[in-house]
Amino acid sequence: MTQTATKTNDLMVEMHGVNKWYGDFHVLRDIYLDVKRGERIVICGPSGSGKSTMIRCINHLEEHQQGEIVVGGVPLTQDVKRIEQIRRSVGMVFQHFNLFPHLTVLENCCIAPMWVQKKPRKEAEEQAMRYLERVRIAEQARKYPGQLSGGQQQRVAIARSLCMHPDVMLFDEPTSALDPEMIKEVLDVMVELAKEGMTMLCVTHEMGFAKTVADRVIFMDQGQIIEENAPEPFFNNPQSERTKLFLSQILGH
Amino acid sequence: MIHNQTVIEQRPAPSSAIGPLAWLRTNLFSDPINTIFTLIGLYVLYLLVVPTVQWAFINADWVGTTREDCSREGACWVFVNARFTQFIYGLYPRAEIWRANIVFAGFFTLIAWLAIPRLPFKRWVAVFALVGFPVVAYVLLHGGYFDLPRVPTHRWGGLMLTLLLATVGMVGALPIGIVLALGRRSNMPIVKSFCVVFIEFWRGVPLITVLFMASVMLPLFMPSGISVDRLVRALIGLTLFQSAYMAEVIRGGLQAIPKGQEEAAAALGMTYWKRMGLIVLPQALKMMIPGIVNTFISLFKDTTLVMIIGLFDLLGIVQAALADSRWLGFSLEGYVFAAFMFWIFCFSMSRYSQYLERKLNTGHKR
Repeated sequence: MTQTATKTNDLMVEMHGVNKWYGDFHVLRDIYLDVKRGERIVICGPSGSGKSTMIRCINHLEEHQQGEIVVGGVPLTQDVKRIEQIRRSVGMVFQHFNLFPHLTVLENCCIAPMWVQKKPRKEAEEQAMRYLERVRIAEQARKYPGQLSGGQQQRVAIARSLCMHPDVMLFDEPTSALDPEMIKEVLDVMVELAKEGMTMLCVTHEMGFAKTVADRVIFMDQGQIIEENAPEPFFNNPQSERTKLFLSQILGH
Repeated sequence: MIHNQTVIEQRPAPSSAIGPLAWLRTNLFSDPINTIFTLIGLYVLYLLVVPTVQWAFINADWVGTTREDCSREGACWVFVNARFTQFIYGLYPRAEIWRANIVFAGFFTLIAWLAIPRLPFKRWVAVFALVGFPVVAYVLLHGGYFDLPRVPTHRWGGLMLTLLLATVGMVGALPIGIVLALGRRSNMPIVKSFCVVFIEFWRGVPLITVLFMASVMLPLFMPSGISVDRLVRALIGLTLFQSAYMAEVIRGGLQAIPKGQEEAAAALGMTYWKRMGLIVLPQALKMMIPGIVNTFISLFKDTTLVMIIGLFDLLGIVQAALADSRWLGFSLEGYVFAAFMFWIFCFSMSRYSQYLERKLNTGHKR
């Protein structure tokens, strides 16, 4: 794994032997993962397998206790300034959207560019409108999040992240809190984003999405990466017994 | 099976379900027991309201200067009339009252300006209210500058003193409370323990003790020659005391904000103070408006306790006036007047908080 240091420029995210415990519980066990620029990765696995925890370590929403994480060439340390620098280049979309309910859709998209990147309001608003148009929700810009449906809120959340021009996007089960008829509108936006070359790490159980866009599918169980492969062999010819069992459970019905 | 192929048009509700008569029927006279309670309630109301109105208005004396003008059996508002200046300004010298009036006028103008949404320049008015106005008010009330004669603080009193104590207490307690609440939730052990100890200390002692300590004990610990004004000591005591309560109210609000809000702000690269100032606190404060105003109202009423350290607030000055031998026996009028004044201010605060809640209610759900 030492050779990775020489080709840092190609790698957006590097995880070397990452371990994490919640008290005595060993949630992440020897995670090794390299993500190239422009690569789309789908992470799946049973609940409690550590998938969310793993991607939340990348922008330090969770702290890892052992191992090394490098994001865009910058090693993640305890240094607050360093963490904030990394977070500015890593977008994140949450299961429960986490839009700011006291701000309008437009303000949700402007607040970080204005206060973190010090953009003038006008410029931030123009940019926000461009991204809101891209996720096809510009006409709702003056509404509050509470007035939108779940699918609309999640698209706003994606636009809010994009407004910071991230190098990597992390998706933490972006469709699991949505009603079935709204999943597609969110996935469509994500597929477009993937086509434009965004580096993506996506925790999801949407296997259709994985088949269409993923370069690699990763299967996790009990805090470990059990198997990783291109989608075609991953789904058609899984190697490990646990992967086979998991796939039969989620695809079986 | 097809139920009905035509779209059913919306129809108006039957007249028996809406309008004042329907309201009366459903709420007051829906069944025999309800009707009996309504009638008993109306009778009790009659028993209470009629004598009160007769005492306070119909049989009351309004004009005059001495107790001889109080001839009728109702309330004698002559007493309040005669002492009105004192109730408002305390023992402030009569010749200098114009200074207090300017401060009063400025105070109410600023409050109205900040409270009425249509008026412009809110930010600058707020800055002036917090920075410029206190200096102006101090110079005017205290004097000693620009050839204004000095009026020492022990001559301040009445409603003026009550409003001063309450305003300084509120303006001071809110930011200190916010900082304490954030500190109590901090990950830094020293900050956290300091805030916990501070809050629990001030919440654990009665305000009377605090005021006694401030007026009696504090001078003993001060180096000789340095004396802090009694009013200032009372203000500091009151502010710190209320800030501890404020901190707990705000902490309740902070706990009610889902963790995802701070995470989303953090994921966008915001620093701690931006996460708090832009995302968490605006939501927490909005949610806690009822609790914050509740603390404000109790602070407003707690100002009466400064009486025990020899400051004459509105209630104190009314009581002092009651002890005047020329006006013995008019305590009811005095207390009713004091209660009415307190009620006006507290009720206004309560109404304004309800208005704010409605106005700021944007997030129906997260």
